[in-house]
Amino acid sequence: MSETALDAAFFIRWMTAAAASIDREADRLTELDSPIGDADHGSNMQRGFAAVRKLLETAAPQTPGAVLTAAGRQLISTVGGASGPLYGTLLRRAGKVLGDAERVTPAELNAALAAGVDAVAQLGGAAPGDKTMLDALVPAVGAGAAFDAAAAAAAEGALATVPLQARKGRASYLGERSIGHQDPGATSSALLFAALPEAAK
Amino acid sequence: MSGGTVAGAAGDRASLVGVVLVSHSGPVAESVAAMATGLAGGGIQAPVAAAGGTPDGGLGTSAELIAAAARRVDRGAGVAILVDLGSAVLTVKALMAEGDELPEGARLVDAPFVEGAVAAVVTASAGAALSEVTAAAEEAYGYRKA
Repeated sequence: MSETALDAAFFIRWMTAAAASIDREADRLTELDSPIGDADHGSNMQRGFAAVRKLLETAAPQTPGAVLTAAGRQLISTVGGASGPLYGTLLRRAGKVLGDAERVTPAELNAALAAGVDAVAQLGGAAPGDKTMLDALVPAVGAGAAFDAAAAAAAEGALATVPLQARKGRASYLGERSIGHQDPGATSSALLFAALPEAAK
Repeated sequence: MSGGTVAGAAGDRASLVGVVLVSHSGPVAESVAAMATGLAGGGIQAPVAAAGGTPDGGLGTSAELIAAAARRVDRGAGVAILVDLGSAVLTVKALMAEGDELPEGARLVDAPFVEGAVAAVVTASAGAALSEVTAAAEEAYGYRKA
């Protein structure tokens, strides 16, 4: 799979699969966001990705870069919480790195997502270990171009946020009381990466 | 309410800097806008727009409300954008990076929300340039209260 070039249709499948999985898991994301956040992560992400899916159904961008850029822009416009600009920046920066190539390799996608993750870190001012989405995203892009490995690393990274103390966002106000809860943003990041191998099937 | 208000009778004065107040909450943005324009006095007033909460009136941040507010107060002299916390900060930063959704000359100001808003609206209403408006708002961090 790793040598196969990915076209715009693959990226639309990826976003659609991510939207479906976020839709399924929305209640769980909101539940995770209740003790340490403002209990809106699931509904915010659900709204954002539903809008992405709708946009891609009607607009159908022609290149991988255009799919990600459009999806990112849509998330910034529609999510309503901090995850909108963060996920929006991730996808938009990745889309810009992919440029207007009609097909990209998994390695190129991996490099583009790594640039996107850097942009997220810069925007939010967070680092791995702060109990944020970066704790899933950084290991995911670090796992390389194989989708299964990236998905597994993201899931593991999300689980590993449980013992961490939050240092960014609303949860950071809770100090030590944020320990023992899985970070909702890292969890939704893992869903995004879990949708990659799904889209490749 | 979350649609934002434009205060000030400065529509015919091309030289005034506009001020956008972005809060997680619609009522907070509106109230700070009202307080800042009230404290700016009765003379010529810089255009001020509130962009708080989500379009349906909930807590959060709306990129669309922010972009619309910035366009409403843009008189060509620049727009100072003040934000409160969380997604308000990140959304404006992400919009700035996008490059085409906010008017040219829009700037995110690193200032405390309420005090910075008062400083920005007072200086903008006095006809100050964008750099002076942002400097005045940023200086509000220097005022210690205890």
